[in-house]
Amino acid sequence: MATSKKQPLVQFKGIMKQYGKVTAVEKMDFDIEEGSLVTLLGPSGCGKTTLLRMVAGLEDPTEGDIYIKGVRINDTPIHKRNLGMIFQNYALFPHKTIFDNVAFGLKYRNVSKDQIREKVMQALEMVRLPGVENRMPSQLSGGQQQRIAMARAIVIEPDVLLMDEPLSALDENLREEMRREVDNLQQMLGVTTIFVTHDQREALSMSDKILVMKAGRKQQEGDPQTVYNQPVNHFVADFLGHSNFIKGQIVDVNKEHVHVQIETGDLLIADNKNTFNLGDRVELVVRAQRFDLVDEDEITTKQEMNSFAGRIKDRSYMGGEVSYFIELGTGREIHIISMMRTRIYSIGEKVRVQVAPHHCHLLAIES
Amino acid sequence: MRRSSIGWKLIRLHTILVYIFMFTPIVVVIVLAFNPKQFGIFPMEGFSFRWFVKLAQNDSIIDAFKNSLILGGLTAVLSTSIGIMAALAFIRFDFRGKNTINTLLLSPIMIPEVVLGVALLLFLRFLQQPKSFALLLIGHVVLTLPYVLLIVQARLVGIKKEYEEAAKSLGANGFQTFMEVTFPLLLPAILAGALFSFTISFDDITATLFWATAENQTVPVKIFSMLRNSISPEINALGTVMIVMTVATPLLAGYLSRKFTNLKA
Repeated sequence: MATSKKQPLVQFKGIMKQYGKVTAVEKMDFDIEEGSLVTLLGPSGCGKTTLLRMVAGLEDPTEGDIYIKGVRINDTPIHKRNLGMIFQNYALFPHKTIFDNVAFGLKYRNVSKDQIREKVMQALEMVRLPGVENRMPSQLSGGQQQRIAMARAIVIEPDVLLMDEPLSALDENLREEMRREVDNLQQMLGVTTIFVTHDQREALSMSDKILVMKAGRKQQEGDPQTVYNQPVNHFVADFLGHSNFIKGQIVDVNKEHVHVQIETGDLLIADNKNTFNLGDRVELVVRAQRFDLVDEDEITTKQEMNSFAGRIKDRSYMGGEVSYFIELGTGREIHIISMMRTRIYSIGEKVRVQVAPHHCHLLAIES
Repeated sequence: MRRSSIGWKLIRLHTILVYIFMFTPIVVVIVLAFNPKQFGIFPMEGFSFRWFVKLAQNDSIIDAFKNSLILGGLTAVLSTSIGIMAALAFIRFDFRGKNTINTLLLSPIMIPEVVLGVALLLFLRFLQQPKSFALLLIGHVVLTLPYVLLIVQARLVGIKKEYEEAAKSLGANGFQTFMEVTFPLLLPAILAGALFSFTISFDDITATLFWATAENQTVPVKIFSMLRNSISPEINALGTVMIVMTVATPLLAGYLSRKFTNLKA
């Protein structure tokens, strides 16, 4: 049914970027569906911004092609690409009023004066900042400036909206609010958006699709749930969320489960996803939030539940949750984030740690 | 810290003396310009604009003044335009030999003006061209370009590339981006650079002595040749006019730029 599938709005084909001998982006193929919000996620220096800047036309790919709406745009100059770009530091023109800032892109688009006025007012309305058109950017707060930057980018009705860490200059509370605002606006307009961030929470909460990158290479692409729950490798599992990594060997395989003997000698049951065979060495990934913490003498109700005895070694209270470091019998330490369904355990207390098999994700050991 | 300690008193006294030492000659020149007598002797006997009137009637001085103004103006325009382009190239682009060219352009600051003056003359001889106004202009552009370059570069470093990138992403081509974004943001530095060029050109003497011809005398060169014949009180008047011009121009520019920004905000 490949023919009935809609053509992706943005396509990277064998894209690659080198600066001298340094490779910023390794050969990569990637598609972005129309109307979706795609996040490029990774630590700094992973090539995510380079990728974005290549779409914008601010960098030239060393190899490969970029298509927008099926048209190869490698040689299209920036100002003819019809993209809306939003920068980390807003980049509002400091010498122009808010009105002139937002109207900037329209001046180059054969729009009459009256229409410009109307569109600018509409855009300001959309970012919930009507009435600031005569002010200068320096008279607005950071969050307001970022909204004006959004208004300036969307008013030209771009084919693709490019956002380069747009929220990272804002403080924590405002960031949360702006994240929702960006999300709402994107859905309302239905504009295809590429969002660059190193913040996993931003990526998980907003994206239709996440592309996780490391050292210029694509690690995994998928929707937030897939990337979070079924990471393909150690890096992805480690970068998103708080994970415990436990090495072991598969000692038994049946239809539903695999049994893994972990480094402490304990047996651990995980769901069988038919990817590993008896005797394989594997790495188990368990999210810190997936463990349950119960009293030492509590008995498991389900037979397949993994259960270990342990002792609280350290804990930090974080208001909504408690972060524990627990020493298992053989000295192995694990990290648990508990939502306090039971009570808060104190340091030194003996406890029982439980985790369901479907929360134990298996990875091949990387050489 | 106690302001009344001996140390502080000494520092204050020292400062005052330095200022007196620096400014007394200038004040004397200005005061004597209004002295009606032929010889500058204190106490003054009256007050008159006699020497200024005489100055205004002296055609050769008026010519020198015109020369200086035209030369300074053209130097400012040329230096700033070349300076802007060079600064853009150095800050916004990468190319081979960038540092070498930058150093070369800045070197006139470090080379003694006498050497520069002779060098340009020798070069002209090599090209077998006569001295001319064009030579003077080229010389002054070479002299003032480093200042423009330094000022504009410093400002350009502070203007984030994102402004230009944002303008381009919104549909402005390179030239429109420069006119709409880069130039207005650079304007204070451009004005400062132009002002520097003008004032440096207006009162340069060392190098200009080598380059000026009889027809292309500037005011400082004129004063110098007048001094060789006699010490006329006209020179005091001329000096006063020079001082007023070189001090007033930057002050006026500063006032205008402040007024300009206030209107915008």
